[in-house]
Amino acid sequence: MGINATLIGQMITFTVFILFTMKFVWPPIKQAMSEREKRIADGLASAERSQHELELAKEKGAEHIREAKAQAAEIIEKANRQGAAIVDEAREEARAVAEREKAAADARIEQEVSQARAELRRQVSDLAILGASRILEREVDAKAHQKMLDELAEQV
Amino acid sequence: MASGSATEYVTHHLEHLTVGEGFWTVHIDTLAVSWILGLVFLGIFYAVARKASVEAPSGIQTAVEACVEFVDKQVSESFHGPKDFVAPLGLTIFVWVLFWNLMDLIPVDLFPELLKLVGIEYVRILPSADMNATFGLSLTVLALIIIYSIKGKGGKGFGKELFCHPFGSHPLLWPANLMLNIVEMIAKPVSLGMRLFGNLYAAEIIFILIALLPIWAQWIPGVAWAIFHILVIPLQAFIFMVLTIVYLSLAYEEH
Repeated sequence: MGINATLIGQMITFTVFILFTMKFVWPPIKQAMSEREKRIADGLASAERSQHELELAKEKGAEHIREAKAQAAEIIEKANRQGAAIVDEAREEARAVAEREKAAADARIEQEVSQARAELRRQVSDLAILGASRILEREVDAKAHQKMLDELAEQV
Repeated sequence: MASGSATEYVTHHLEHLTVGEGFWTVHIDTLAVSWILGLVFLGIFYAVARKASVEAPSGIQTAVEACVEFVDKQVSESFHGPKDFVAPLGLTIFVWVLFWNLMDLIPVDLFPELLKLVGIEYVRILPSADMNATFGLSLTVLALIIIYSIKGKGGKGFGKELFCHPFGSHPLLWPANLMLNIVEMIAKPVSLGMRLFGNLYAAEIIFILIALLPIWAQWIPGVAWAIFHILVIPLQAFIFMVLTIVYLSLAYEEH
Protein backbone atom coordinates (compact mmCIF):
# COMPACT_ATOMS: atom_id res chain seq x y z
CA MET A 1 0.00 0.00 0.00
CA GLY A 2 0.95 3.59 -0.32
CA ILE A 3 2.10 5.80 -3.12
CA ASN A 4 5.54 5.14 -4.53
CA ALA A 5 7.57 5.06 -7.73
CA THR A 6 5.12 2.61 -9.30
CA LEU A 7 2.94 5.66 -9.89
CA ILE A 8 5.57 7.24 -12.12
CA GLY A 9 5.99 4.01 -14.04
CA GLN A 10 2.25 3.81 -14.57
CA MET A 11 2.07 7.39 -15.78
CA ILE A 12 4.81 6.81 -18.33
CA THR A 13 3.22 3.57 -19.48
CA PHE A 14 -0.16 5.25 -19.77
CA THR A 15 1.26 8.10 -21.83
CA VAL A 16 3.05 5.71 -24.17
CA PHE A 17 -0.11 3.64 -24.58
CA ILE A 18 -2.20 6.71 -25.37
CA LEU A 19 0.29 7.89 -27.96
CA PHE A 20 0.46 4.43 -29.54
CA THR A 21 -3.32 4.23 -29.71
CA MET A 22 -3.47 7.70 -31.17
CA LYS A 23 -0.85 6.99 -33.83
CA PHE A 24 -1.43 3.40 -34.88
CA VAL A 25 -4.75 2.12 -33.58
CA TRP A 26 -7.43 4.77 -33.69
CA PRO A 27 -6.96 6.33 -37.16
CA PRO A 28 -6.98 3.16 -39.31
CA ILE A 29 -9.96 1.63 -37.50
CA LYS A 30 -11.89 4.88 -37.55
CA GLN A 31 -11.04 5.38 -41.20
CA ALA A 32 -12.20 1.90 -42.17
CA MET A 33 -15.42 2.50 -40.27
CA SER A 34 -16.20 5.85 -41.81
CA GLU A 35 -15.24 4.54 -45.24
CA ARG A 36 -17.69 1.68 -44.79
CA GLU A 37 -20.32 4.07 -43.52
CA LYS A 38 -19.81 6.20 -46.59
CA ARG A 39 -20.03 3.23 -48.92
CA ILE A 40 -23.22 2.00 -47.33
CA ALA A 41 -24.73 5.45 -47.49
CA ASP A 42 -23.65 5.78 -51.12
CA GLY A 43 -25.08 2.37 -51.92
CA LEU A 44 -28.39 3.22 -50.33
CA ALA A 45 -28.49 6.56 -52.09
CA SER A 46 -27.73 5.02 -55.46
CA ALA A 47 -30.33 2.30 -54.86
CA GLU A 48 -32.86 4.99 -54.15
CA ARG A 49 -31.76 6.90 -57.21
CA SER A 50 -32.10 3.78 -59.37
CA GLN A 51 -35.53 3.15 -57.93
CA HIS A 52 -36.50 6.66 -58.83
CA GLU A 53 -35.03 6.32 -62.30
CA LEU A 54 -36.86 3.04 -62.79
CA GLU A 55 -40.11 4.72 -61.89
CA LEU A 56 -39.38 7.55 -64.28
CA ALA A 57 -38.53 5.08 -67.04
CA LYS A 58 -41.74 3.17 -66.37
CA GLU A 59 -43.72 6.35 -66.55
CA LYS A 60 -41.96 7.34 -69.72
CA GLY A 61 -42.60 3.90 -71.21
CA ALA A 62 -46.29 4.14 -70.39
CA GLU A 63 -46.35 7.60 -71.91
CA HIS A 64 -44.73 6.26 -75.06
CA ILE A 65 -47.21 3.43 -75.32
CA ARG A 66 -50.10 5.83 -74.81
CA GLU A 67 -48.72 8.12 -77.48
CA ALA A 68 -48.14 5.26 -79.87
CA LYS A 69 -51.68 4.03 -79.36
CA ALA A 70 -53.08 7.47 -80.01
CA GLN A 71 -50.94 7.79 -83.08
CA ALA A 72 -51.99 4.38 -84.37
CA ALA A 73 -55.64 5.26 -83.85
CA GLU A 74 -55.13 8.50 -85.71
CA ILE A 75 -53.39 6.76 -88.57
CA ILE A 76 -56.13 4.18 -88.86
CA GLU A 77 -58.79 6.86 -88.86
CA LYS A 78 -56.93 8.83 -91.48
CA ALA A 79 -56.52 5.71 -93.60
CA ASN A 80 -60.22 4.99 -93.30
CA ARG A 81 -61.04 8.52 -94.33
CA GLN A 82 -58.62 8.34 -97.18
CA GLY A 83 -60.01 5.00 -98.33
CA ALA A 84 -63.53 6.38 -98.32
CA ALA A 85 -62.36 9.40 -100.24
CA ILE A 86 -60.66 7.21 -102.82
CA VAL A 87 -63.78 5.12 -103.24
CA ASP A 88 -65.89 8.26 -103.60
CA GLU A 89 -63.53 9.69 -106.13
CA ALA A 90 -63.46 6.48 -108.10
CA ARG A 91 -67.22 6.38 -108.12
CA GLU A 92 -67.37 9.99 -109.20
CA GLU A 93 -64.88 9.35 -111.96
CA ALA A 94 -66.67 6.26 -113.12
CA ARG A 95 -69.86 8.23 -113.29
CA ALA A 96 -68.13 10.97 -115.24
CA VAL A 97 -66.61 8.47 -117.65
CA ALA A 98 -69.96 6.79 -118.13
CA GLU A 99 -71.62 10.11 -118.80
CA ARG A 100 -68.93 11.11 -121.21
CA GLU A 101 -69.23 7.82 -123.02
CA LYS A 102 -72.98 8.12 -123.12
CA ALA A 103 -72.68 11.61 -124.52
CA ALA A 104 -70.24 10.40 -127.16
CA ALA A 105 -72.54 7.54 -128.06
CA ASP A 106 -75.50 9.93 -128.27
CA ALA A 107 -73.53 12.22 -130.51
CA ARG A 108 -72.56 9.33 -132.74
CA ILE A 109 -76.13 8.15 -132.95
CA GLU A 110 -77.27 11.68 -133.77
CA GLN A 111 -74.65 11.93 -136.44
CA GLU A 112 -75.56 8.60 -137.92
CA VAL A 113 -79.21 9.52 -137.89
CA SER A 114 -78.54 12.77 -139.71
CA GLN A 115 -76.27 10.96 -142.09
CA ALA A 116 -78.94 8.41 -142.78
CA ARG A 117 -81.40 11.20 -143.17
CA ALA A 118 -79.15 12.93 -145.71
CA GLU A 119 -78.68 9.70 -147.55
CA LEU A 120 -82.33 9.13 -147.59
CA ARG A 121 -82.91 12.62 -148.95
CA ARG A 122 -80.39 12.04 -151.66
CA GLN A 123 -81.93 8.78 -152.57
CA VAL A 124 -85.38 10.31 -152.48
CA SER A 125 -84.26 13.10 -154.80
CA ASP A 126 -82.62 10.54 -157.04
CA LEU A 127 -85.76 8.49 -156.98
CA ALA A 128 -87.82 11.57 -157.70
CA ILE A 129 -85.61 12.48 -160.56
CA LEU A 130 -85.76 8.96 -161.82
CA GLY A 131 -89.48 8.90 -161.45
CA ALA A 132 -89.89 12.23 -163.09
CA SER A 133 -87.63 11.30 -165.97
CA ARG A 134 -89.64 8.13 -166.43
CA ILE A 135 -92.76 10.15 -166.39
CA LEU A 136 -91.41 12.74 -168.81
CA GLU A 137 -89.56 10.10 -170.78
CA ARG A 138 -86.69 12.25 -171.14
CA GLU A 139 -83.68 13.34 -169.31
CA VAL A 140 -84.31 15.99 -166.85
CA ASP A 141 -81.59 18.39 -166.56
CA ALA A 142 -80.73 17.68 -162.95
CA LYS A 143 -78.84 20.78 -162.75
CA ALA A 144 -81.60 22.95 -164.03
CA HIS A 145 -84.05 21.61 -161.56
CA GLN A 146 -81.71 21.27 -158.67
CA LYS A 147 -83.38 23.99 -156.70
CA MET A 148 -86.74 22.44 -157.04
CA LEU A 149 -85.39 19.03 -156.20
CA ASP A 150 -83.71 20.31 -153.08
CA GLU A 151 -86.97 21.84 -152.02
CA LEU A 152 -88.68 18.57 -152.68
CA ALA A 153 -86.05 16.65 -150.69
CA GLU A 154 -86.49 19.09 -147.86
CA GLN A 155 -90.12 18.23 -147.68
CA VAL A 156 -89.55 14.51 -147.54
CA MET B 1 -7.09 -22.62 2.21
CA ALA B 2 -4.10 -20.92 3.62
CA SER B 3 -2.49 -22.17 6.77
CA GLY B 4 -2.49 -19.98 9.83
CA SER B 5 -4.98 -17.37 10.94
CA ALA B 6 -7.43 -15.50 8.71
CA THR B 7 -5.69 -12.19 9.35
CA GLU B 8 -2.44 -13.64 8.19
CA TYR B 9 -4.12 -14.96 5.02
CA VAL B 10 -5.70 -11.61 4.20
CA THR B 11 -2.60 -9.52 4.82
CA HIS B 12 -0.56 -11.97 2.82
CA HIS B 13 -2.88 -11.44 -0.12
CA LEU B 14 -2.62 -7.68 0.19
CA GLU B 15 1.17 -7.63 -0.02
CA HIS B 16 2.74 -6.48 -3.28
CA LEU B 17 5.72 -7.98 -4.98
CA THR B 18 8.16 -5.11 -4.53
CA VAL B 19 11.63 -3.95 -5.42
CA GLY B 20 13.36 -1.00 -3.76
CA GLU B 21 12.93 1.00 -0.58
CA GLY B 22 10.83 3.96 0.59
CA PHE B 23 9.39 6.09 -2.18
CA TRP B 24 11.46 4.31 -4.78
CA THR B 25 9.67 1.06 -4.07
CA VAL B 26 8.26 -0.39 -7.27
CA HIS B 27 5.33 -2.80 -7.35
CA ILE B 28 6.60 -5.30 -9.89
CA ASP B 29 3.28 -7.17 -9.96
CA THR B 30 1.20 -4.09 -10.70
CA LEU B 31 3.57 -2.89 -13.40
CA ALA B 32 3.99 -6.31 -15.00
CA VAL B 33 0.27 -7.14 -15.06
CA SER B 34 -0.73 -3.73 -16.38
CA TRP B 35 1.99 -3.88 -19.02
CA ILE B 36 0.95 -7.35 -20.13
CA LEU B 37 -2.72 -6.30 -20.25
CA GLY B 38 -1.79 -3.11 -22.07
CA LEU B 39 0.19 -5.08 -24.62
CA VAL B 40 -2.72 -7.50 -25.06
CA PHE B 41 -4.99 -4.52 -25.65
CA LEU B 42 -2.64 -2.77 -28.04
CA GLY B 43 -1.69 -6.05 -29.74
CA ILE B 44 -5.28 -6.97 -30.53
CA PHE B 45 -6.26 -3.46 -31.57
CA TYR B 46 -3.10 -2.88 -33.60
CA ALA B 47 -3.49 -6.19 -35.42
CA VAL B 48 -7.06 -5.23 -36.29
CA ALA B 49 -6.09 -1.70 -37.26
CA ARG B 50 -3.33 -2.87 -39.57
CA LYS B 51 -5.60 -4.98 -41.72
CA ALA B 52 -8.87 -3.20 -41.10
CA SER B 53 -11.19 -4.26 -43.89
CA VAL B 54 -13.83 -1.97 -45.25
CA GLU B 55 -15.91 -4.62 -47.00
CA ALA B 56 -15.68 -7.72 -44.83
CA PRO B 57 -14.74 -7.09 -41.19
CA SER B 58 -13.75 -10.23 -39.31
CA GLY B 59 -15.31 -11.15 -35.99
CA ILE B 60 -12.53 -9.60 -33.96
CA GLN B 61 -12.65 -6.47 -36.08
CA THR B 62 -16.36 -6.15 -35.42
CA ALA B 63 -15.75 -6.39 -31.68
CA VAL B 64 -12.96 -3.83 -31.83
CA GLU B 65 -15.09 -1.54 -33.96
CA ALA B 66 -17.93 -1.82 -31.46
CA CYS B 67 -15.49 -0.59 -28.78
CA VAL B 68 -14.24 2.23 -30.97
CA GLU B 69 -17.76 3.24 -31.95
CA PHE B 70 -18.86 3.22 -28.32
CA VAL B 71 -15.97 5.39 -27.16
CA ASP B 72 -16.30 7.67 -30.16
CA LYS B 73 -19.96 8.25 -29.36
CA GLN B 74 -19.21 9.15 -25.75
CA VAL B 75 -16.46 11.52 -26.82
CA SER B 76 -18.61 13.16 -29.50
CA GLU B 77 -21.40 13.76 -27.01
CA SER B 78 -19.24 15.44 -24.38
CA PHE B 79 -16.17 16.90 -26.03
CA HIS B 80 -16.50 19.50 -28.76
CA GLY B 81 -12.87 20.27 -29.56
CA PRO B 82 -10.52 18.35 -31.85
CA LYS B 83 -10.91 14.67 -31.09
CA ASP B 84 -7.71 13.17 -32.49
CA PHE B 85 -6.20 12.95 -29.02
CA VAL B 86 -9.19 12.71 -26.71
CA ALA B 87 -10.88 9.82 -28.51
CA PRO B 88 -7.80 7.53 -28.45
CA LEU B 89 -7.29 8.57 -24.83
CA GLY B 90 -10.83 7.46 -24.02
CA LEU B 91 -10.33 4.17 -25.83
CA THR B 92 -7.06 3.49 -24.01
CA ILE B 93 -8.61 4.23 -20.62
CA PHE B 94 -11.74 2.21 -21.25
CA VAL B 95 -10.15 -0.96 -22.58
CA TRP B 96 -7.09 -0.88 -20.37
CA VAL B 97 -9.04 -0.31 -17.16
CA LEU B 98 -11.59 -2.90 -18.26
CA PHE B 99 -8.78 -5.45 -18.63
CA TRP B 100 -7.34 -4.48 -15.23
CA ASN B 101 -10.71 -4.93 -13.59
CA LEU B 102 -11.24 -8.29 -15.26
CA MET B 103 -8.28 -9.60 -13.24
CA ASP B 104 -10.62 -9.39 -10.28
CA LEU B 105 -12.51 -12.41 -11.58
CA ILE B 106 -9.46 -14.67 -11.54
CA PRO B 107 -9.54 -16.82 -8.38
CA VAL B 108 -7.62 -15.00 -5.65
CA ASP B 109 -5.37 -17.93 -4.86
CA LEU B 110 -4.50 -18.99 -8.42
CA PHE B 111 -1.53 -16.76 -9.18
CA PRO B 112 -0.16 -16.56 -5.61
CA GLU B 113 -0.12 -20.37 -5.40
CA LEU B 114 1.37 -20.78 -8.89
CA LEU B 115 4.10 -18.23 -8.26
CA LYS B 116 4.87 -19.75 -4.88
CA LEU B 117 6.08 -22.76 -6.89
CA VAL B 118 8.79 -20.62 -8.48
CA GLY B 119 9.63 -18.98 -5.17
CA ILE B 120 7.78 -15.70 -5.44
CA GLU B 121 6.23 -14.95 -2.07
CA TYR B 122 3.79 -12.10 -2.74
CA VAL B 123 1.78 -11.17 -5.81
CA ARG B 124 -1.34 -9.12 -6.51
CA ILE B 125 -2.63 -9.32 -10.05
CA LEU B 126 -5.35 -6.66 -9.82
CA PRO B 127 -3.76 -3.35 -10.86
CA SER B 128 -6.91 -1.33 -10.15
CA ALA B 129 -6.63 -2.32 -6.48
CA ASP B 130 -3.25 -0.58 -6.36
CA MET B 131 -3.51 3.18 -5.79
CA ASN B 132 -0.33 3.69 -7.78
CA ALA B 133 -2.02 2.38 -10.88
CA THR B 134 -5.28 4.28 -10.52
CA PHE B 135 -3.52 7.50 -9.54
CA GLY B 136 -1.07 6.96 -12.36
CA LEU B 137 -4.03 7.33 -14.67
CA SER B 138 -5.80 10.11 -12.82
CA LEU B 139 -2.67 12.27 -12.38
CA THR B 140 -1.94 11.92 -16.08
CA VAL B 141 -5.51 13.07 -16.63
CA LEU B 142 -4.81 16.05 -14.32
CA ALA B 143 -1.82 16.97 -16.46
CA LEU B 144 -4.03 16.72 -19.53
CA ILE B 145 -6.67 18.90 -17.85
CA ILE B 146 -4.06 21.62 -17.35
CA ILE B 147 -2.74 21.21 -20.90
CA TYR B 148 -6.23 21.37 -22.36
CA SER B 149 -7.15 24.40 -20.24
CA ILE B 150 -4.19 26.28 -21.67
CA LYS B 151 -4.87 24.98 -25.17
CA GLY B 152 -8.56 25.84 -25.07
CA LYS B 153 -8.52 29.18 -23.29
CA GLY B 154 -4.93 30.30 -23.80
CA GLY B 155 -2.49 30.92 -20.94
CA LYS B 156 -4.13 34.23 -20.14
CA GLY B 157 -7.63 32.83 -20.20
CA PHE B 158 -6.66 29.95 -17.96
CA GLY B 159 -4.94 32.32 -15.52
CA LYS B 160 -7.96 34.57 -15.51
CA GLU B 161 -10.21 31.64 -14.75
CA LEU B 162 -7.96 30.52 -11.88
CA PHE B 163 -7.99 33.97 -10.27
CA CYS B 164 -11.33 35.48 -11.20
CA HIS B 165 -13.66 32.51 -11.13
CA PRO B 166 -16.13 31.84 -9.45
CA PHE B 167 -16.41 34.84 -7.06
CA GLY B 168 -15.39 37.75 -9.28
CA SER B 169 -12.40 39.62 -10.61
CA HIS B 170 -11.72 41.94 -7.65
CA PRO B 171 -8.06 41.51 -6.61
CA LEU B 172 -9.12 40.91 -2.99
CA LEU B 173 -11.02 37.85 -4.15
CA TRP B 174 -8.05 36.39 -6.02
CA PRO B 175 -6.76 34.22 -3.15
CA ALA B 176 -10.20 32.80 -2.48
CA ASN B 177 -10.76 32.08 -6.16
CA LEU B 178 -7.36 30.47 -6.54
CA MET B 179 -7.86 28.34 -3.41
CA LEU B 180 -11.20 27.11 -4.61
CA ASN B 181 -9.94 26.36 -8.09
CA ILE B 182 -6.95 24.45 -6.79
CA VAL B 183 -9.19 22.38 -4.53
CA GLU B 184 -11.51 21.73 -7.44
CA MET B 185 -8.60 20.78 -9.67
CA ILE B 186 -7.14 18.40 -7.11
CA ALA B 187 -10.52 16.90 -6.33
CA LYS B 188 -10.86 15.66 -9.89
CA PRO B 189 -7.92 13.22 -10.06
CA VAL B 190 -8.42 12.22 -6.43
CA SER B 191 -12.05 11.30 -6.97
CA LEU B 192 -11.20 9.53 -10.24
CA GLY B 193 -8.38 7.49 -8.74
CA MET B 194 -10.11 6.77 -5.43
CA ARG B 195 -13.35 5.68 -7.05
CA LEU B 196 -11.70 3.04 -9.18
CA PHE B 197 -9.32 1.97 -6.46
CA GLY B 198 -12.02 1.82 -3.78
CA ASN B 199 -14.42 -0.24 -5.83
CA LEU B 200 -11.90 -2.81 -6.94
CA TYR B 201 -10.00 -2.95 -3.65
CA ALA B 202 -13.23 -3.64 -1.80
CA ALA B 203 -14.13 -6.26 -4.37
CA GLU B 204 -10.78 -7.96 -3.98
CA ILE B 205 -11.11 -8.06 -0.21
CA ILE B 206 -14.57 -9.55 -0.43
CA PHE B 207 -13.21 -12.27 -2.74
CA ILE B 208 -10.38 -12.93 -0.29
CA LEU B 209 -12.89 -13.17 2.55
CA ILE B 210 -15.05 -15.53 0.53
CA ALA B 211 -11.96 -17.67 0.00
CA LEU B 212 -11.75 -18.03 3.79
CA LEU B 213 -15.06 -19.88 3.90
CA PRO B 214 -15.08 -23.67 3.95
CA ILE B 215 -14.68 -25.02 0.44
CA TRP B 216 -18.28 -26.33 0.12
CA ALA B 217 -19.76 -22.95 1.04
CA GLN B 218 -17.60 -20.78 -1.17
CA TRP B 219 -19.52 -21.06 -4.39
CA ILE B 220 -22.73 -19.41 -3.20
CA PRO B 221 -21.33 -16.00 -2.19
CA GLY B 222 -18.56 -16.41 -4.76
CA VAL B 223 -20.97 -16.74 -7.67
CA ALA B 224 -23.21 -13.97 -6.35
CA TRP B 225 -20.30 -11.54 -5.89
CA ALA B 226 -18.76 -12.46 -9.25
CA ILE B 227 -22.04 -11.88 -11.08
CA PHE B 228 -22.44 -8.56 -9.32
CA HIS B 229 -18.90 -7.76 -10.36
CA ILE B 230 -19.49 -8.48 -14.01
CA LEU B 231 -21.62 -5.34 -13.79
CA VAL B 232 -19.14 -3.32 -11.74
CA ILE B 233 -16.10 -4.10 -13.91
CA PRO B 234 -17.20 -2.44 -17.15
CA LEU B 235 -19.13 0.20 -15.23
CA GLN B 236 -16.03 1.45 -13.42
CA ALA B 237 -14.01 1.46 -16.65
CA PHE B 238 -16.82 3.37 -18.32
CA ILE B 239 -17.12 5.91 -15.48
CA PHE B 240 -13.38 6.56 -15.51
CA MET B 241 -13.45 7.16 -19.27
CA VAL B 242 -16.55 9.37 -19.31
CA LEU B 243 -15.39 11.52 -16.38
CA THR B 244 -12.02 12.00 -18.03
CA ILE B 245 -13.69 13.20 -21.21
CA VAL B 246 -16.05 15.46 -19.27
CA TYR B 247 -13.17 16.98 -17.28
CA LEU B 248 -11.22 17.62 -20.47
CA SER B 249 -14.24 19.15 -22.13
CA LEU B 250 -14.78 21.44 -19.11
CA ALA B 251 -11.13 22.39 -19.24
CA TYR B 252 -11.18 23.04 -22.98
CA GLU B 253 -14.31 25.14 -23.23
CA GLU B 254 -15.13 28.56 -21.84
CA HIS B 255 -17.56 28.56 -18.96
